Amino acid sequence: MIETQQHLREEFDAYVAADKKIEPKDWMPDAYRKTLIRQISQHAHSEIVGMLPEGKWITRAPSLQRKAILLAKVQDEAGHGLYLYSAAETLGVDRADLVDDLLSGKAKYSSIFNYPSLTWADIGAIGWLVDGAAIMNQVPLCRCSYGPYARAMTRVCKEESFHQRQGYSIMMQLMKGTDAQKEMAQDALNRWWWPSLMMFGPSDSESMHSSQNMKWNIKRFSNDELRQRMVDMTVPQAECIGLKMPDPDLKWNEEKGGHDFGEIDWTEFYDVIAGNGICNKERLEDRNKAHDDGEWVRDAAVAYSEKRNANT
Amino acid sequence: MSENKSNWPLWEVFVRSRQGLGHKHVGSLHASDAEMAIGNARDVYTRRQEGVSIWVVPAESITASSPSDSEALFDPANDKVYRHPTFFVLPDEVNHM
Repeated sequence: MIETQQHLREEFDAYVAADKKIEPKDWMPDAYRKTLIRQISQHAHSEIVGMLPEGKWITRAPSLQRKAILLAKVQDEAGHGLYLYSAAETLGVDRADLVDDLLSGKAKYSSIFNYPSLTWADIGAIGWLVDGAAIMNQVPLCRCSYGPYARAMTRVCKEESFHQRQGYSIMMQLMKGTDAQKEMAQDALNRWWWPSLMMFGPSDSESMHSSQNMKWNIKRFSNDELRQRMVDMTVPQAECIGLKMPDPDLKWNEEKGGHDFGEIDWTEFYDVIAGNGICNKERLEDRNKAHDDGEWVRDAAVAYSEKRNANT
Repeated sequence: MSENKSNWPLWEVFVRSRQGLGHKHVGSLHASDAEMAIGNARDVYTRRQEGVSIWVVPAESITASSPSDSEALFDPANDKVYRHPTFFVLPDEVNHM
């Protein structure tokens, strides 16, 4: 028996190393299944919690068109959450259990959503930077070894680029406006820049899950590589519309062909993960309230279906 | 948190992207009945005109072949290369057949 497991394990490793895809019913090591369930469900939770900071601005959007766009964007996030829960369920877990773990605080979601969205410019910064960082993380996942996750990510990535552009377009518009509007845009960049860089996770030397996930083709690039790309992509975009990057140490390094940038405040990063961010409590309360308030709807739908089935 | 959670069944969703093409599996979702599954599938899988027709199938109704049977099911086709037209070499003079 142990020998068979060993054999299956070797076959699996060779198969994945050859860049082939694993599908739901294929044999896979328990640790691979567990790590995927953890990552995909955290990812799904992030999409769902990510609706909250932006959802707050739907009723306060400055024009009907911006309101319709933001509504569509937030609806996409709900869709992304559902694609991902659907991918997670192919691994033999139940969505209701995953949701319970989110609501009880047992499961994590991306820490970025524990920061508040204070002004309309924050909606610009979130789309531009937070969705921008998310795309940077997600594009390589379209080639991840687990088929259902890769397919879900392909759908998500197609939709995310609208999100990033609508954010940048909000910033662009503000930067063409009054001094107060420009200040508002700059203030949003100042507050969202560092948390956005933290989205790539701890530095490579500190990252817990990296090396095994690289071997399994769940992860393709290291946290620091992706973070570097994010910096190099964003700097000219900010410059183009007259925003100043909030990093005094930022400068072009000809030799490495990229920017050098300042040290990230990792104390803040771990503090927010530990639950001490500005909005951790509020986000969980909001999710729990939405879930509880929706319970009668879920129950009524089941009662209605049962009644109809009984009548036919 | 809710104790007696009413768990809606799982449905597999298939979408025809345009007339002339077959329905293709796109993912799954939860819904209390078939009608709601169609409505949810529209919202989740066709927000950008990805489809003109949707099938929803209760996930438990699908019978799938097992990966462990794949040798028995699919390997016999390996040694029947003569099923492919390129197996037969034609004289140069005959261009199309």
